[in-house]
Amino acid sequence: MAAPQLHRFTLPNGLRVLLAPDRSAPVIAVSVHYDVGFRSEPEGRTGFAHLFEHLMFQGSESLEKLAHFRHVQGSGGSFNGSTHPDYTDYFQVLPSAALERALFLEADRMRAPRITEENLRNQVDVVKEEIRLNVLNRPYGGFPWILLPPVLYRTFANAHNGYGDFTDLEQATVEDCAAFFDTYYAPGNAVLTVAGDLDVAATTELVHRHFGDVPAREVPTRPSFAEPPPVGERRAEHVDPHAPLPALAVGYRLPDPVTELDAYLTHVVLAAVLSDGDSSRLQQRLVHRDALVTEVSAGCGLFSPLDARDPDTFTVTAIFPPAVAPDRVLTALDEELERLAGDGPDADELARVTARWVAGLHREHDRLVSRTLAFGAMELLHGRAELIGELPRRIAAVTAADVAAAAKAMRPDSRAVLTVVPQGGTE
Amino acid sequence: MTAPVTHRTADEIGRTTQGPRPLPPLGEQRAAADPLTLDTVLPNGLRVLAVHRPAVPMVELRLRIPFAGEEATHSARAELLSTTVLTGTRRRGRVQVDTDLARVGGELDAVVDPERLSIGGSALVEGMDVLFDVLADVLTGATYPDDEVRRERERLVERIAVARSQPRVIAREALQRHRYGDHPFTREMPGAEEVARVTAEEVRELHARAVLPRGSVLVLVGDIDPQRAVDSVAAALHGWTADRSAVELPPLPEVPGGDLLLVHRPGAVQSQIRLSAPYVPRTDPAYPALQLANLVFGGYFSSRLVENIREDKGYTYSAQSYPEFTPGGATVLVDADTASEATAPAVLETRYEIARMTVVPPTESEVDSARRYAVGGLLTSTASQAGLASMLAALAGLGLGPEWLREHPGRLQRVTVDEVAEAALRFFTPDRWTGVLVGDADRLARPLGALGGVRLP
Repeated sequence: MAAPQLHRFTLPNGLRVLLAPDRSAPVIAVSVHYDVGFRSEPEGRTGFAHLFEHLMFQGSESLEKLAHFRHVQGSGGSFNGSTHPDYTDYFQVLPSAALERALFLEADRMRAPRITEENLRNQVDVVKEEIRLNVLNRPYGGFPWILLPPVLYRTFANAHNGYGDFTDLEQATVEDCAAFFDTYYAPGNAVLTVAGDLDVAATTELVHRHFGDVPAREVPTRPSFAEPPPVGERRAEHVDPHAPLPALAVGYRLPDPVTELDAYLTHVVLAAVLSDGDSSRLQQRLVHRDALVTEVSAGCGLFSPLDARDPDTFTVTAIFPPAVAPDRVLTALDEELERLAGDGPDADELARVTARWVAGLHREHDRLVSRTLAFGAMELLHGRAELIGELPRRIAAVTAADVAAAAKAMRPDSRAVLTVVPQGGTE
Repeated sequence: MTAPVTHRTADEIGRTTQGPRPLPPLGEQRAAADPLTLDTVLPNGLRVLAVHRPAVPMVELRLRIPFAGEEATHSARAELLSTTVLTGTRRRGRVQVDTDLARVGGELDAVVDPERLSIGGSALVEGMDVLFDVLADVLTGATYPDDEVRRERERLVERIAVARSQPRVIAREALQRHRYGDHPFTREMPGAEEVARVTAEEVRELHARAVLPRGSVLVLVGDIDPQRAVDSVAAALHGWTADRSAVELPPLPEVPGGDLLLVHRPGAVQSQIRLSAPYVPRTDPAYPALQLANLVFGGYFSSRLVENIREDKGYTYSAQSYPEFTPGGATVLVDADTASEATAPAVLETRYEIARMTVVPPTESEVDSARRYAVGGLLTSTASQAGLASMLAALAGLGLGPEWLREHPGRLQRVTVDEVAEAALRFFTPDRWTGVLVGDADRLARPLGALGGVRLP
């Protein structure tokens, strides 16, 4: 996609700023990406990064509790935030008349969030309801993003549940919040992205005005979360009280998305060749020819591709009838990988993957909020938001030999296999 | 948690020497450009809306075919039709359909509900004619190969089992039965045993009888010349003809107010609260005022309901109140999921907020905030090709065109605070409401029984 002209500067306090003007609609988006995610939370505080994200909406020096929501929505906009393995983002999309207001709101909570015992206890309750909704009270809750990492990884940072255990959440204190904010939410540890209907000179001035006096603080040294790939096949079972059908998730390690980007993108292509559309390898083989599975899907990243630093996970998931033994699914997967390792995808398969990827990027980035978040995440993780515009070319450059080599490296002797044992279905 | 060597206290973090700062005012809002739009009816009776929106080199496609059926077998046949319509034509097999679409970055997908069959998709704009060709092939030449129907029927039975294990699906089905009994509108998902009985021949017969252009709507939005797009799709679809019109669902009976029904879900750790009351369609003169009243009540985050049961009490992660437009009318739905122990208190607070709308009407500031949110939301949600296409298709399904979208901000601007109060008084009267609660009745029956107005299992 023809990326818009990007403008970047850094404030004296260390805040990196990215402006992406696009005057096609009178709408703007503002996001802040902080360089801390749930991999950085300490033992005994699982779920803390996400809980803290909730607290950042609970008021700041100039904004009473509820004021942030009211000012965004009362200006015609919408907002959200989300916590990822390596970063936490906050964003709003609004009619462009609210640009300065959005900058003010983000600056105020970057400068002086108001963290109180009452709001902390309230948001612990809200987060517990969120976890009941998305994990505990539904079939396949946390499958595979919570369930697979503890099988594939050995270190706490990579293996633990980013939503958190209820006991850990309940033990969080205001003191923990203050320490977390002071450590990780320094302006020098963040990227501000403004995209849409904006004038570069005027917006630059507004950014200086609102963020300029957020005091600089020390930026923590980012730890490495590297760990060796698994030796052998690690297996685990999870009993799901609500699921009616068995499922399995297979996890493999991916090349480092930052230092080995093209190798990583080869796996993005591999995932599409395997499971994107009725003409893909696993849909044809597992769903239709062998009729083994109800659904199958392969992909890079626990949430989406290029969403994390190293280590990152390649997943294959399938839901299948009770009559099918999980090992039959695994055997068929291994045979398809072997076939790809031998012959590689044909030229038409690669061309189809590229065309769908280009189209998918166009569609995603036509939504201003998605484009803004992609710029911010790329700038934070890779230091280059321009990568977004280069992805189609780099995807198109992946060769059949590259994909074959990637398929060959996905060996049963270095992976994790999680089986979901269903105990629901009587409801 | 191991704290760093030094950090400030929460109190120190929340204060600066300068103190609180004033909120900047809103700037001048630029209007959205009015895109070049063609709104026409083809000779076969298909209404086509084509909009030039060149932001990215894509075209978005939404086709909505009224697809109602009174017979008990309709829903199973329709569901199987929607999962197999793209699996084979006179010119293409299932894999070829996908291959041809993929080459132009394209996708097509079909879903069915009690009102309509929806086929939606997109493609790189350079591949628009391929997208139209595949669409025409499917509409006029879908063959429903026996082996594809057999396999998709098996999968559909499995997918229905998975869907019916979702609390939100269980709650939706219970609410539909509670509101409309056995009306065809309630048949959103067929029973597994009904699906198992459907034959390929029955699906072919349904396609021939019900996949019809007259009364259907096709929306195209993208980097297109609207006239050329219409000419091109008209040529592609020239063989799609019929004398009859696609079948609309008859108007629904009004939902009567009454007791909430408690539905037992053993072992649930969270309950679904699903309330409903009559509402008005978008064309009703009271609609803009009621839209704002509903926003104030629970239609967005800064609403009375969310501020009460989430931000004050912590009973739920999300609560929302939103309209559902039905044949000939509309209802409002309130959804919230809460822990078993918080269910009865959340029902109490929700009822309180409903009643409060009538006796403590929305203030001027509440109305202004809701108004700006409603106007801004139209702008942001239609700023993308996909968002605009979906919005136009939804409006067209109600018989409305792009002019409704263009004129609605003006209607919202003209609503007075008194009109919102009047709408709140008329529509939020507690005895107009009904609904269902799904959860572990062993834990819920006593507190809900004490609260009253709940029919226990």
